Amino acid sequence: MNVPLHGIIAEFESAEDLLHAAKRAREAGYTQMDAYSPFPIHGLSEAIGFEDHKVPWTVFITGVIGAIAGFSLQYYISVVDYPLNVGGRPFLSWPSFIPVTFETTVLFASFGAFIGMLAFNGLPQPYHPIFNAPRFERASQDRFFLCIEAKDPLFDRTKTRQFLESLGARLVSEVEE
Amino acid sequence: MQGQIVRTEPATELIEGQHTYETVTHKIGSVVLSYRHPRAWYVVTAIAAFFVFVLITSIAWLLLRGVGIWGINQPVGWGFAIINFVWWIGIGHAGTLISAILLLLRQQWRTSINRFAEAMTIFAVMCAGMFPLLHVGRPWVAYWLLPIPNWTGAWPQFRSPLIWDVFAVTTYFTVSLLFWFTGLIPDLATLRDRAKNRLAQVIFGVLAMGWRNSAKHWHRYESAYLLLAGLSTPLVVSVHSIVSLDFAVSLIPGWHTTIFPPYFVAGAIYSGFAMVLTLVIPIRALYKMQDFLTMKHLDWMAKIMLATGLIVFYGYIMEIFTALYSANQYEQYLITNRFFGPYAPFFWALLICNGLIPQVLWSPKVRQNVVLLFIISLIVNVGMWLERFVIVVTSLHRDFLPSSWGMYVPTIWDWGLYLGTIGFFTFMMFLFVRFVPMISIFEMRDLLHQTDRHHAAPATGAAVTPAASTEVTP
Repeated sequence: MNVPLHGIIAEFESAEDLLHAAKRAREAGYTQMDAYSPFPIHGLSEAIGFEDHKVPWTVFITGVIGAIAGFSLQYYISVVDYPLNVGGRPFLSWPSFIPVTFETTVLFASFGAFIGMLAFNGLPQPYHPIFNAPRFERASQDRFFLCIEAKDPLFDRTKTRQFLESLGARLVSEVEE
Repeated sequence: MQGQIVRTEPATELIEGQHTYETVTHKIGSVVLSYRHPRAWYVVTAIAAFFVFVLITSIAWLLLRGVGIWGINQPVGWGFAIINFVWWIGIGHAGTLISAILLLLRQQWRTSINRFAEAMTIFAVMCAGMFPLLHVGRPWVAYWLLPIPNWTGAWPQFRSPLIWDVFAVTTYFTVSLLFWFTGLIPDLATLRDRAKNRLAQVIFGVLAMGWRNSAKHWHRYESAYLLLAGLSTPLVVSVHSIVSLDFAVSLIPGWHTTIFPPYFVAGAIYSGFAMVLTLVIPIRALYKMQDFLTMKHLDWMAKIMLATGLIVFYGYIMEIFTALYSANQYEQYLITNRFFGPYAPFFWALLICNGLIPQVLWSPKVRQNVVLLFIISLIVNVGMWLERFVIVVTSLHRDFLPSSWGMYVPTIWDWGLYLGTIGFFTFMMFLFVRFVPMISIFEMRDLLHQTDRHHAAPATGAAVTPAASTEVTP
């Protein structure tokens, strides 16, 4: 019984049950929790009190960096390092530089979206205690889980368990750290 | 609230039969996790593998002997390499259209074809990329195309559409790959959790990178996925526009027209949807995926093909009109040459394949006939290839000075390389179907959830399918 706990997890049958349970847990004052579902559920992140706009901002910033990088590259090459008279155009013939600038913007922003999403999610992550939960492999298939974590100030081994059972969970179990 | 929604086309038709989260997951996931495959899979993969060898041989001989083994000459310097490049890159475009543009337009029917179409994009762009690389003659110095400092001290010339093309195609390939892999991550986690075999668990476990279906993960995931779709949408338009500028920025008769970018983009989507149908129809039958790839999907894809085909046909008419109206003798000669010159059979075949035959798609009966759809999709693929042949060859072989006219005849090595890429493409697609879930499992579960909730509302009328009832009723 001395193994430290990650939290207590409850398994539900449907997306609606999970959404309902998450809202009830928030109302009961729990703040440190996470929900697990086999597909994204509209409103679930709000229900567990989670909001995050880091990914869109990362995409915007990396996109701007991409645009500046793409244009500066062409400026440096065509104006500074290797000025070439092509059909009498000015060295800084910026309209011709737009397509490549656009492509580098999209390229950088896409890497921003991909790497940003993974990084803020803490992936790749070789180990996470939630995988110790019984039947948790179903979270990627057909079951819905709510885990109230041990770091929550209201967390109490018995009371939290009773609370989750009262929400109509199919199975409630402890998750070892 | 739902009672007010009047739907003319019930969403259930996007998933037929009775399905639960478990049956959807099993049906799609088991293709990857089981060892038993239809005999046709082995036969097609083996034939495709043979053509991969043809491809390797054609490339090896080309590297040994140079581009002289091809039929290209003066004045037709572009030949098969550019025809096939444009053909392949066009095919790729339907994948991005389905996965990105239809996502932004909230078209639920994209769900069961997006994974497949994105894979098609990636392999088609791989095939496309080979052609210009080999066409440069000395592919081992292809890095000169990139702005990498090298011993020559020279840099790429950024006022040329050819260098824009390098950036457009490499960006397109990279972004398509990122988008595709992002879409795969949750399904890889599903396979990791379902796999019984230790090796499969490890491989899918590593690839899923610890994805745990957390609401926090999904929150960032959805925003990243939507942003990638938003970035891909203008990207796909830019790619084929830039490809068309390779032609339009030159002064060659028949190429120097402003209609090229939109006309090329429509043609790309047209040929891409034809290729999706060509691939989806046999694979759907082979793996009995009719529940997820329904007649509704085929019907809508056929409609998009018809619509984009008409845009392309409008492009042909405008090309003729512009040439006649321009009072430019070279432009006018080009049109005469297309109609009646030595390559006229190609032009007429193109009009029949792209303009005439697809008109039968107006008939709902034809759109419901799988065999006919398959044949029409093949005809459109051929037609779009002929279009690029006509654009490249008829413009180049007789331009301004009759003294510099010539003829272009592809050699066996041209055909070897072309058929080789078709083999490579088929080979990769069949490997994809074998090793990666061909339909996005988590999006299908989401669709099932949404359609089920929809049918929970009483006013929807019509036959209620108890799709996920066993899962949702407590």
